[in-house]
Amino acid sequence: MISIIQTYKVMLLQSLGQTLLLTLLSLIFAFIIGLIFGLMNVSKSRILNCIGTIYVDGIRGVPLIVLAYFIYFGIPAAVKAIGFTDFKLSALVAGTISLSMNAGAYMAEIFRAGIQSVDKGQMEAARSLGLSYGKSMRKVILPQAIRTMIPSIINQFIISLKDTSILSVIGFPELTKAGNIIVGNTFKALQVWGIVAIMYMVVIITLSRVAKRIERRINVGKLEAN
Amino acid sequence: MENSRQTKVSVKNLKKSFGKLEVLKNIDMEIEEGEVVVLLGPSGSGKSTFLRCLNRLEEITAGEVIVDGIHVDDKKTDINKLRENIGMVFQHFNLFPHMTVLENIMLAPVELKKMTKEEAKEKGMALLKRVGLDSKADVYPPQLSGGQKQRVAIARALAMNPDIMLFDEPTSALDPEMVGEVLNVMKELAADGMTMVVVTHEIGFAREVASRVVFMDGGYVVEQGTPEEVILHPKEPRTIDFLNKVL
Repeated sequence: MISIIQTYKVMLLQSLGQTLLLTLLSLIFAFIIGLIFGLMNVSKSRILNCIGTIYVDGIRGVPLIVLAYFIYFGIPAAVKAIGFTDFKLSALVAGTISLSMNAGAYMAEIFRAGIQSVDKGQMEAARSLGLSYGKSMRKVILPQAIRTMIPSIINQFIISLKDTSILSVIGFPELTKAGNIIVGNTFKALQVWGIVAIMYMVVIITLSRVAKRIERRINVGKLEAN
Repeated sequence: MENSRQTKVSVKNLKKSFGKLEVLKNIDMEIEEGEVVVLLGPSGSGKSTFLRCLNRLEEITAGEVIVDGIHVDDKKTDINKLRENIGMVFQHFNLFPHMTVLENIMLAPVELKKMTKEEAKEKGMALLKRVGLDSKADVYPPQLSGGQKQRVAIARALAMNPDIMLFDEPTSALDPEMVGEVLNVMKELAADGMTMVVVTHEIGFAREVASRVVFMDGGYVVEQGTPEEVILHPKEPRTIDFLNKVL
């Protein structure tokens, strides 16, 4: 086991770096996607509601692995079919798109729930002062909503981090992919998958701890405020 | 010229339904500049809904509502612009809990570019002084008592220099010992000539401060007049019945 770690140290750490990069990039895009579709879902416009619902239900109804295949293989095929023969999608780009779209749908629900958790008197008060709907959202509703959303956002971060392993199927050099390669070279499945599992665990437990701490700080802030 | 005071609010044939439930049935009302109109009536009589129609927090079903000469219900009306002139105070205060007291007051004037930050701060402090809370400027709303919250809410509504103030049961959520401090602020406001429409159950306030008392029941205006006429010498049986219950 020690020898495996020594031999593949660089590869394991680099692939962990790729895993974190993919997670972080996807979460940033997912936040934006979630904000947009979350706002659509709480708006009064039927059309926007409809678009939001289609997105959320559509994406949540498709397994991430299928979405990743669709984007990585399907989209280049479609683009080539209309004439751009040298079009390529890197595994990082395809992976980021797939994971962003997937996490974005869950994030939209987190935003919807967060916004709806804010008392409706807050919107009325802001509007009665003459603030537009958008300004009221930005200055009054969202700052309060995001506070309550933080635990769910971190939870989604952890889920997405684990979901990156699915993207090994499109050849993205993340941690699970590295594990596969190392097992192929060494035939030591138990040790290698043990190492990989522990690496995921360490990162995720650290993240959860940080999350707990942030959550506690928010709650302390609330207690002080009360 | 002092007799021809400007009409601030003009309501004609106002109807409002929530689904099949008709809450307001044909209301007419004119409110002149500087009047303090107190709306009394049992719960469910439509007083709060009426108030909320004046700044379009509720869309009206039929009729017209004109404030400052502008049709509130007209789709072309810039409702945000109009609302800058209509301050509103809510039963549950609705202060923004993530902002300090002063930030609550400064938000609208700064965001709507009515004042610079410095001007808004100055104005905010002056308003807080007026409601006796200048020492609480940097405190967050959850640390205030109910009465203090409501006084901040009044200051916040005044920050935009509105020329009409709407009060939706401003003392109903308060502990009894805090009602007085809020009513006092409102009395001062009335004495300064502010046009006010107040939904309340405080009959004492109505008697003392109102220039007109309107008694509503079942979506209609049943009776209106001076406090003396409506509260001391009511004519309608429903008004008499209501006053007997609350006095």
